[in-house]
Amino acid sequence: MSTTPNSDLLVQEPRVEQPLYTPIKRRSFFMYAGATAGATALVLAGCSKSDSSPGLVNVGSSDAGVLNYAYALEQLEAAFYTQVRMGSYYTGSTITTAEKNILDDLYHHEVIHRDFFKAAITAANATPIKSLTPNFSSVDFSSRTSVLGTAKAFEDLGVAAYNGAGQYITSSTYLYIAGKIVSVEARHAAIIRDLVSEGTFVGNDILTITSASNSSVTTNNAPANSSLERAMSPSEVVAIANNFLADGSKLDVSGLR
Amino acid sequence: MNFFQIISEIEKVDPEVYDRLDSRRSVFKHMSGLGQKMTAAVLPLAVGAIFNKVYAQTPVGAGVNDVLNFALKLEYLESYFYNARTTVTGLSAVNSAALALIATDEANHVTFLRGVLGTNAITAPATTGVFDYTAKGTFPTALTSAATYLAIAQSFEDTGVRAYKGAAPLVMSNKTVLTAALNIHSVEARHASHIRAMRRGGVNSSNPSQGVAVAPYSGPTGAPKSWVSGTDNGGAVPGVTDAIYGAGNNTNAVSGITYAAEDNINQGGVALSGTTITAGASFPSSAFSEAFDEGLDVGTVAKIANLFSVSGNYFG
Repeated sequence: MSTTPNSDLLVQEPRVEQPLYTPIKRRSFFMYAGATAGATALVLAGCSKSDSSPGLVNVGSSDAGVLNYAYALEQLEAAFYTQVRMGSYYTGSTITTAEKNILDDLYHHEVIHRDFFKAAITAANATPIKSLTPNFSSVDFSSRTSVLGTAKAFEDLGVAAYNGAGQYITSSTYLYIAGKIVSVEARHAAIIRDLVSEGTFVGNDILTITSASNSSVTTNNAPANSSLERAMSPSEVVAIANNFLADGSKLDVSGLR
Repeated sequence: MNFFQIISEIEKVDPEVYDRLDSRRSVFKHMSGLGQKMTAAVLPLAVGAIFNKVYAQTPVGAGVNDVLNFALKLEYLESYFYNARTTVTGLSAVNSAALALIATDEANHVTFLRGVLGTNAITAPATTGVFDYTAKGTFPTALTSAATYLAIAQSFEDTGVRAYKGAAPLVMSNKTVLTAALNIHSVEARHASHIRAMRRGGVNSSNPSQGVAVAPYSGPTGAPKSWVSGTDNGGAVPGVTDAIYGAGNNTNAVSGITYAAEDNINQGGVALSGTTITAGASFPSSAFSEAFDEGLDVGTVAKIANLFSVSGNYFG
């Protein structure tokens, strides 16, 4: 698929400007849910918002932009856990029952989140971004340390991303949905961190325990001794997430503000 | 300044200002505490105090403060509970250390919310006589038995997650407060996840993360997952904690919000299953409800929290 900006996409009114609070069209949802991955990719290929910098995937703006941003991050997590389950740490003999059960649940939850967002964006008459190509070259899927360390990074990042994105959502419905997902990601993050090192479900690296937070977006920040999670702005999140996305799949979140 | 000129000016935008001001007494009686002598320097503060009192009852700003004060009450419930952990026996050192971390967090949340609320914060509840962690004898060993203590802890944290989640849409008009609420909400979820791990791994375990969940996940000595699976079959104490995983009251809910039970699979108008999410065709059915937590309305949260209120109505 070409990444050259399509002049038609540049001039047409983004569908996201239309009211998003519309009931889901059940038939169209099932159409997408029932389509094969290939057919879906083909249908959506012409709809990517690559009208910003060439090669970047623009998530868009307003509520649809936030949904696409969430969809992108869930795609990354789902792809990661899919790879984990094919790697030799997961399939080998050193993984414990607890670890396997947890990684299975995380895989299930992230796939569900990913496909839920794709359907929700479509139901909102907006266009889902394309299927992203991850870059997990920095991950050693045969290594418990590498796998759990990366899982920890993704889960913590996801929580910080959702927490920092809430302020850009205008619909209470979508805010509530985001809220329903972020607490599950936080539950994930906590147990993964505990697997890496017992008792590190919270820590000053992710909460403002001994030091204040310092996001570039002031509303994200809290003082020391408040124990708030450190929220991150979309641009701060993708600065990290883009390290795990291949060229052509890196995200542009400049529309979220 | 001309005090009565100020009120006349306000009357132009709020014709009912005279009705709002206490009509039974001279308005100057609201300045009690300043004495009869008022200098020009004092008067602006006094004027401000009168109008803060008057307008504190109007919906917009007070709504956010009401939500924050409710959250603060829940944080006090938790904070005092974790402060009381020293009498609990049977915990491993690792588990004791974790409870200390959580205690710090909850105390910090109290401090933070008080800071946000400023003079609008409720008075701190007394450390005795306000909360009863035995729930009037339902949990006689609440502060001595590790299993009972952690069962209550899980109940508090899971309730807190649902409470903050239900409250978020109520404060979304204020981006700073919303983000702060979200940033506390995810911490409560981390706490919940870890407490569940402690219960799953065994109160005396040195590596709680290695505990294996065992269905039905419920009961005082149950081994739950770190996430809520279905309704967790009633939670840590079926018959007492069921409401924490049940449906809330949707009367007066914000548009588009439903306080469903934790076994809910209807998200965004679609019933999530292996049929509607084809990539999940082989997933256990429990995954579809586990993937989403549900919010709870203030009234239902209050009912749950009041189980631990000596007066029975500290939470409203």
